[in-house]
Amino acid sequence: MSALFEVSNLNKNFGGLAVTNNVSLSLHPGDRLALIGPNGAGKTTFVNLVTGNLQPNSGTVRLAGEDVTGLNAMGRVRRGLVRSFQVTRLFYEMTPVEHVALAVLQREGKSGRMVGNFRGMPGVMEEVRDILDLLGLLDLADIKVREIAYGQQRLLEIALALALRPKVLLLDEPAAGVPQSETARIEHALDKLPPDLAVLMIEHDMDLVFRFAKRVIVLAAGTVIFDGLPQDVTQDARVREAYLGSYANAGSAA
Amino acid sequence: MAVSMNDPVATGVPARRNLAGSVVGIAAIIVVSVIGYYLFPNNLALLTRIIAIALLVLSIDLVTGYCGVATLGHAALFGAGAYAAGIASAHYGISDPLLMTLIGALAGAAAGLLSGLIILRAHGLPQLVLSIAIIHLFHEAANKVSSWTGGSDGLSGIAPNALLGMFEFDLWGRTSYIYGVILLLVVFILLQVLVRSPFGMLARGVREDPIRISAMGASVQSILLRMYVVSGVVAGIGGALNAISTQVVGLDSLSFTLSAEALVMLVLGGTGSLYGALVGTVAFMWFEDVVSAANPFHWLTMVGALLIAVVLFAPRGLYGTAAEVARRFRGRRG
Repeated sequence: MSALFEVSNLNKNFGGLAVTNNVSLSLHPGDRLALIGPNGAGKTTFVNLVTGNLQPNSGTVRLAGEDVTGLNAMGRVRRGLVRSFQVTRLFYEMTPVEHVALAVLQREGKSGRMVGNFRGMPGVMEEVRDILDLLGLLDLADIKVREIAYGQQRLLEIALALALRPKVLLLDEPAAGVPQSETARIEHALDKLPPDLAVLMIEHDMDLVFRFAKRVIVLAAGTVIFDGLPQDVTQDARVREAYLGSYANAGSAA
Repeated sequence: MAVSMNDPVATGVPARRNLAGSVVGIAAIIVVSVIGYYLFPNNLALLTRIIAIALLVLSIDLVTGYCGVATLGHAALFGAGAYAAGIASAHYGISDPLLMTLIGALAGAAAGLLSGLIILRAHGLPQLVLSIAIIHLFHEAANKVSSWTGGSDGLSGIAPNALLGMFEFDLWGRTSYIYGVILLLVVFILLQVLVRSPFGMLARGVREDPIRISAMGASVQSILLRMYVVSGVVAGIGGALNAISTQVVGLDSLSFTLSAEALVMLVLGGTGSLYGALVGTVAFMWFEDVVSAANPFHWLTMVGALLIAVVLFAPRGLYGTAAEVARRFRGRRG
């Protein structure tokens, strides 16, 4: 079976520094893949290459069989590659209902309409309510986003992504900045993602990674050093070296 | 799915409150216009000028207040409308006021498209500089083709026919004023619809976070450009109204000064709200008229002092601050 999402031999150099070094990975429908790695491993660059915010020096990104390497971020979103942001990017003067409605309207090609209101458009409001309900945000539907808690803003990020009905969802540290007491809510939300959606999660919180991911890829110094099952990752010698080695070598480098 | 009775989404309260707000706003415009008509029967020319400028300020509000694009060259759109309507009458004998208004709107849209294409290539400070360059280019262009525009003498020979063939544009400016009020009402109602539409929501999204908008798969550039064209229509109508009512178009309608003053009026009233644009225009022009009569030598100083006071003590503008206070008051009671 051919992959839904396929990254092949991706390279990116900044000056002489290879920040992404021959990275390949593929996702099938329903996959739950976590990408982890120590600070400076090149995770953010990888996300930017995959979403179209950066152009690679070489390599391809394919989505549902189509080469999307030459497309910009917008073109990739329209083909079903949707991301969430590590640092929440929301419209703080708008309400959760308006957020999700905007995403639904955009997906349906109705966001450019200059007359009418989404509240009166058949089907839109129902879907908005369903998505907010799924993520437990219905009670906050009409409160301005700047007045809701950070954990709930993170959930709204996921709601926005879902409203675009992606084929591939890229979650950039969905639990970043969320207090430990609230990560359970994020986890709960991730459990409710559509089963056939392919999800690539970049995350620091290892508890979340172990509970969510069925496969883990470890990136270190721009290179994939591990690709396998979550239970094997902590036993892997190269992974231990990557996480602990930087501390071990810090003394000798000085 | 269980829905409780007090679920705000289910009751549709926001939609109804919006509708009530619109009706109140429209009623307020009509009431103020009627009061103006009877209070200042000898000053209708000034009142009509206020309406024309209010359309320019509304137009700036669309791109600056709703979309976050800073511009100091928006009079280009207003002037394009004024000159197009004036030239149609003076050179081509197209003197039906409705047709002149339509021509002004189209010219404004074209000027909006052109300046949007240039201004939107940059962001922040370079964008502001580009907008200043544009208004100077428009100004110079109008100055050069004096056979069409009258150059620095101004374009004269504009003679609008009677409105609908019935109402002559009289010496006291009654017809102009009433026509202006009607135009303002129509534009205001259409803009109310626009800012609540999906497109209006998209525009507010662009102001808050353009990166998030493109992550939704929408093109920020095309949203802004479309808004620029819409804003050109509004400014162009204002320009045409000015040409029709004064029957002369001067280079000042394509000036940096007008662009900057109109932006100041918007800030004075409060950005991002149609009411703010209207309140700011009326307050600024009324204040300017009163103090320039009271003290012809130092009136600009007083206008400056007013602006500093507003920026310091009411940073959201007159309307924005009043609305905020009203909201808090309601919140405390409720």
